[in-house]
Amino acid sequence: MSSRRPWRHVTFTLGVLLTLALITVAVVSLAWTPTDPLAMSIVARLQAPSSSHPFGTDQYGRDVLARVMAGARTSITVGVIAVAIGAVAGVLLGIVSGYAGGWPDEILMRVSDAIQGFPAILAALLFTAVFGPGVAMSMVAIGIAFVPAFARLARGSVLELRGRDFVVAALALGAGDRRVLFRHVLPNTLAPLIVQATTSFPVAVLAEAGLAYLGLGTQPPQPSWGSMLKDAQNFLALSPSFALFPGGAIALTVLGLNLLGDGLRDLLDPRAG
Amino acid sequence: MRQYLSRRVAAFVATLFVVSLLVFVVIRVLPGDPARVIMGTEGNPEATARLRTSLGLDRPLVVQYVDWLAHAVRGDLGVSIQYDVPVGRLIMSRLPVTLPLTLLAAAFMVATAVPLGLYAATHHRRVGDYVTMVISQLGISVPSFWAGLLLILAFSVHLGWAQSGGFRGWRSLILPAIALGVFQAAVLVRATRSAVLDVMREDYVRTARAKGVPEGVVVVKHTLRNALIPIVTVAGLQVGQLLAGSIILESVFVLPGLGRLALGAITARDLPVVQGVTLFVASSIVAINFLVDLAYSALDPRLRHE
Repeated sequence: MSSRRPWRHVTFTLGVLLTLALITVAVVSLAWTPTDPLAMSIVARLQAPSSSHPFGTDQYGRDVLARVMAGARTSITVGVIAVAIGAVAGVLLGIVSGYAGGWPDEILMRVSDAIQGFPAILAALLFTAVFGPGVAMSMVAIGIAFVPAFARLARGSVLELRGRDFVVAALALGAGDRRVLFRHVLPNTLAPLIVQATTSFPVAVLAEAGLAYLGLGTQPPQPSWGSMLKDAQNFLALSPSFALFPGGAIALTVLGLNLLGDGLRDLLDPRAG
Repeated sequence: MRQYLSRRVAAFVATLFVVSLLVFVVIRVLPGDPARVIMGTEGNPEATARLRTSLGLDRPLVVQYVDWLAHAVRGDLGVSIQYDVPVGRLIMSRLPVTLPLTLLAAAFMVATAVPLGLYAATHHRRVGDYVTMVISQLGISVPSFWAGLLLILAFSVHLGWAQSGGFRGWRSLILPAIALGVFQAAVLVRATRSAVLDVMREDYVRTARAKGVPEGVVVVKHTLRNALIPIVTVAGLQVGQLLAGSIILESVFVLPGLGRLALGAITARDLPVVQGVTLFVASSIVAINFLVDLAYSALDPRLRHE
């Protein structure tokens, strides 16, 4: 075990640092960006990186650094809300399913299996066709895709805990089902759920970028790394650097969040290591 | 075994049923009046009413659902509003792009990930292991469409070796398949490594080594064969992810597949096509997961007797 410690330490620390950097950028961009991320300039279109525009400019002459910074906000917001939707819906589904057992369990698990057939992209296609594209749509679509994983986790924990002495004792003392579920069962499933939420976050960031790239998610002029890449694709030969910075921002963010998730899993769930 | 099988099949059919219900609810029930979604803001009331009648949207929802499902089961997914062609035929015409793309990406994934994962596991906690883990960590950080753009930048813009988009035979699918496969390959490297490591801790592996079986035979015959059970499961589930992911890569490389069909249908508010494609893709993913489930129990006899 001891020989693994340093390696674990490195990945976790790196994850924390990258994630802190992401949050810092997002917070700073609320108050300050080099220029207004929405300010256009005809004379400064598609410029290569320079001292006045460290990341260059896009096809409307907007500062790419400012837009990458503002894009961090979009990623974090969509990620947090999507994971919250998936976690709340999935956990409710899972604990009800596991606690009730019998045919309600059977039905809810088939629903969970069916939702697995709808990865975020497919759910987004379905919703966008009816409600039109938008950032809210991508949060819901991504959140739904997370439901089965949270549901299985919560259900498994409930099945494991249901027969335990402290749960039986609480029931014997006259505690109601709801009290037993929320006061005794749920707190004991928290650690794996936190790990699941952390590891879902980078997946949400990737999905948000993908949906925005397809035009199904975040809409212009709101800056999103995905839609910036969609713009950049039209000018690949003219301005290759335009495609590098938003993509690099996604990759660094996801890398940081993945390392953080791996580290947390080692810390909170010794069995998984 | 027969009881196990019939339970799995029943669960599979029930899941497909729920899939169809979900698609129906989103497309036909949630919007209130799908005819108005199709006509948009410029539609006049008479035309909307006529469309409602011709699509059968004025009937009770239960009747609509049963009717739609009964036709869908026979492969009849309705008629495209935009092209006036059966949706089933449209899907079939796009499959020769999406299917090979998915399979090529899956082949790339397995061909790179299994050897790398095996290498990492057999070099556990040595330099080779760490390097492989760093590479796979980077692989799961790169979004597939950005990987696609970088490949276009390198091979089309700079080197001029490949076309940057369009479909002219399977060669046009190589770069998209690599871009699509990288992320899942990185995931599979980690799964392979941990599966092989798990088996290597088993007593029978220690016994094989103790009686002097050559290391190569231990790795291939005793370890890899047993580790294949979890590896096949993970890889199988990833094929469904690749199928969904192909929707994005088709856009990056301008390939006329199912994803582009659906995206075009959304712009044209062609609801029958969206409904048909999502039903088809979601059912395929559920079917793939079901087959993986069966393969798992076929590979691992212990499961069948529970």
